[in-house]
Order: sequence, then structure tokens, then C-alpha cells
Amino acid sequence: MLDLLTQHLLPNIGKILLIVAILMLAVAYLTLAERKVIGYIQMRIGPNRVGPRGLLQPIADGLKLLLKEIILPTRSNLYLFVLAPVLAIGPALAAWAVIPFDAGMVLADINAGLLYVLAITSMGVYGIVIAGWASNSRYAFLGAMRSAAQVVSYEIAMGFALVGVLIAAGSLNLSEIVMAQQGGIFYWYWLPLLPLFVVYFVSGVAETNRAPFDIAEGESEIVAGFHVEYSGMAFAIFFLAEYADMILISILAATLFMGGWLSPFEGIPVLESMFAWVPGLVWLLLKTSMFLFIYLWIRATFPRYRYDQVMRLGWKVFIPVTLVWLVIISTMQVFDIGPWFNNIVEVTSP
Amino acid sequence: MEKLLFYFFAGILLFAATMVITVRNPVRAALFLVLAFFTSAAIWLMLEAEFLAISLVLVYVGAVLVLFLFVVMMLDIDTSALKEGFTRYLPLGLLVAVLIVLELIAVLGAANFGLDQVPVPEGSDESNTKTLGRLLYTVYVYPFEIASVILTVAIVAAITLTLRPNKRKTQDPAEQVKVRSKDRVRLVKMASEKRQDGKGKP
Repeated sequence: MLDLLTQHLLPNIGKILLIVAILMLAVAYLTLAERKVIGYIQMRIGPNRVGPRGLLQPIADGLKLLLKEIILPTRSNLYLFVLAPVLAIGPALAAWAVIPFDAGMVLADINAGLLYVLAITSMGVYGIVIAGWASNSRYAFLGAMRSAAQVVSYEIAMGFALVGVLIAAGSLNLSEIVMAQQGGIFYWYWLPLLPLFVVYFVSGVAETNRAPFDIAEGESEIVAGFHVEYSGMAFAIFFLAEYADMILISILAATLFMGGWLSPFEGIPVLESMFAWVPGLVWLLLKTSMFLFIYLWIRATFPRYRYDQVMRLGWKVFIPVTLVWLVIISTMQVFDIGPWFNNIVEVTSP
Repeated sequence: MEKLLFYFFAGILLFAATMVITVRNPVRAALFLVLAFFTSAAIWLMLEAEFLAISLVLVYVGAVLVLFLFVVMMLDIDTSALKEGFTRYLPLGLLVAVLIVLELIAVLGAANFGLDQVPVPEGSDESNTKTLGRLLYTVYVYPFEIASVILTVAIVAAITLTLRPNKRKTQDPAEQVKVRSKDRVRLVKMASEKRQDGKGKP
């Protein structure tokens, strides 16, 4: 029993704490990056008062939210009202267990990693739905309803995009999917699976309820959507969950479509050896940051979709696109066409 | 250790399942159903059926029950009306319960569900997902295809029953895209107004 404790439990708990601590720091600085990037896009400077160049701003924000009072509405469903933020942050953190940060650097190297991510992220919607219902407020309820419909619709397109990846890689294990993309930047799946890549990332933006799909918040129509009644730390936890989900979608896009920890200079004669010393983790983080920047860029550029437009895009554009592309890549995979699909899937009857 | 985990999950599962049918508030009942599904997925995981466990969470918890909650939350259920019919429906309910118990005993009785009838499957080095996929698309391909066709028919039927064209206000995106500014805005040139007394600027 003691052996089990020291050999498995303690190292894993240490790793989990490390991942969560780094993630929380990343979330804090993502909020600063968001305000800075959007600031410069709109010809402003953004926060620059707290600390050198505003670098301590997220710490100040966090402290402020910690010290604020959490207001519990009298007619609300108290248990569920408190439970909702927990249900929002839980899945956002749990999904990180299977993310490979470098070759072999993964907390749980499970075979069905991709399915696990999909299943766990689909749990996140409960936080929003319960928050909206338990608040006992019309605006919060409308936000929850919108969010439930939106997340369920976009999950289908997202799932189909991931099915394309697993057909191409022939595996559900995230590390094996990265290794299947070896051979240089044109072998990464963004090129052969381009439509699925676009669908995946846009659905990811919609899944995380970010602009231009943030109709669950929709402050111009329904005040602040599902978290109208939340204040202080309870509100901050919704915020943390949203940003942790953003980083998760970005790191998944980097892993599944951009070669994960693989170097972009693979196969290029001089550059490959020049950059061989860079650890894989750095490449992965750079790719993730690129997607996060696109998130912020989209938010600063596009106005919010109307509700019916969101639904039309999900059901009538994305799902047909992914279905057609699935047929195409299955054909390419089975008949061994093109430079990409040379790993033949053996079909044997038992 | 494994046994301990099993009894832990089984305890939660039984508790959640009991709460689903006893709790008055339908939203809470649906949420306990979520807990029940999640813990049964955990038990399946312990049986090394990871594909089934994860797809249970993905399909039932992630999609079906969200839609279920969606409907239940919009209903305004009068709880006193729920209590009223209890004695009236009791005999029928008991009859159904007895029937279900008999059926379960017939199927799951020790005679045909013991360890000697259904032996513990041997450990295989192939992943659960791969084996399941191979079996579904080779040995069981016809039942699998027939099931999917039946489901498609059900979707089409459900949509045709609820969809009433020509009665809904809808936007045609093609028409919206075609619109040019000159169709909607007319610029009118007008001479500026003069001041009444004819002095200075207007």
C-alpha cells in the first residue's frame, strides 16, 4: 500500500499540480494578452498601470475578485448555484490529462485519448446550463438555453473533424497522432485535412462560447447571459474555465493538425540541424500561442453572430463539409492515394 | 484496491439511481441521472471497456441529457399534481415492477449469468476500440448498417412530423447576400434651406 502511494500516487499528484499551476498562470496572463492585443488592434495601449508595462495587472484582478463578496440570490437554487462553477472548471482541467507536451511527456498515455478529450469537454456545458437555471433569472436562463443548443450543435461538427484526424492517423492516442504527422510541415494534417482543420478551429471557438459565437453571454441582448448573478470568485471560476478551455482547444489544434511537438523545419537541410536543439515543448507552445492569438484577433475583428446564423453555420455548413471530407479521406486512405496516406490500414477479418 | 473502487462506484450509482426516481424536482432528477451515467461509465472503465465507457459519457452525458435538461428546464411542472395520482396508479405500477423483476431474474439469474456461464474475458493486447471497430464492420456489418438506416428513418420521420414549412418566418441567406445598398438606401439631393430674414448663414 505504501509502495503504491510513493510509486504512483505521489508523482502523479505532483505532475497534476504542476500542470494545473502552470495552466492557471497561463490563464492569468492570457487575460492580460487579450487586453493588450485587442488594445493594440484598436489603437489603444491597454492596461499599463500595475507593474512594469502592466505585467502585474492579472495578479491585481485576481486579488480583487478574491476579496469581493459572493452574492447568493435569495430565490436561487443554492446547491446548484454553488455547484455550477465547479462543474464548469472540472472538465476544463480534467481534459489536460491526456495532452502530450513532448515525446513521452504526458500524464496519462491512454489509447482512447481523443475520445476522452471529446467526452470530457462535452461535460463542460453542464456548468453553464446549471448556472443559468439555478440563478432563477430570465437573462441567465436565456443564456443557458442558447449555450446548450449551441454547444450540442457544434460538438457534432467538431467530432466529425476529429474522426477525420483519426482516420488519417489510424489511432486515437494523441502521441501516436503526432508521430503519424512526421516528415515536415507539409505532412502535418492542416494541409491534407484543411477543411476539417478550419471546421475544427471554428467549432472550437463556438464550443468555448467566445466571440463571435458568444451568444450565451450576449451582453447587448441578455446582459451577461448565464453568469449575470455570479460575483467575486464564483464569477472568476467561470472565467478561468473559459480561458482554460481556450488554451485546451488551441493546444489540441496544434497537436492534431500542426504536428504537436514536431519541429516545423523537419526535412529542410540546413534549418533542421540549426534548430535541432530547440525542445519539442517550445514548438508546441509556440503553435498553441499562435492559435490563441487567432482567438483574440477574431474577437477584435468580427461582430457577434445572430442566433439563427450560428445555428445555420453549424448544421447546414459545417456538418455537410465534414461529412463530404470524411468520405474523401476514407477513399484516399483505403486506396492509398496521394503523398500523405501511405500508412495502409490493415483490414483483416477475425 | 480494485474491489474497494468498485464498491465505491457501485454505491454512488445505486444512490444516484434511487435519487432519480425519488427526487421531486425534475431538473435535479435529470442531474442525478447524469451522475448515474457517469459512475456506470467509471465501472465500465474498470472492466477495461474503455470505448463503451467513454462513448457513454460522450453520447448520453454530453448530448442526450443536455437536450433532456433543455426540455425539463422549460417545463413548468406542478409538483402537487404529481403527488395526486399515486394511489390510483399504484396497482399498475406494482404489476409492471413485478414483471420487470421476473424478466431480470430470467435473464440475469445465477443459472445463466454466473461466472461459469460468462467467463471473464482474457486480457488482450489489442485496444478495445480497435477490436470493436473491426467486429462491427466485418462480422456484424449488416445488423450495424440496418440499425443505422432505422435511426436515419427515425430522424427523417421526427423532422417531417415537426417541420411545418410556409408557416415559419425565416430568412433566406442567399437573398440577404444579394442585397446591394442601392436597393435599400436612396440618396436625395436637396437645396439647403434659406434663412427667413435673408441675412447671414442659414
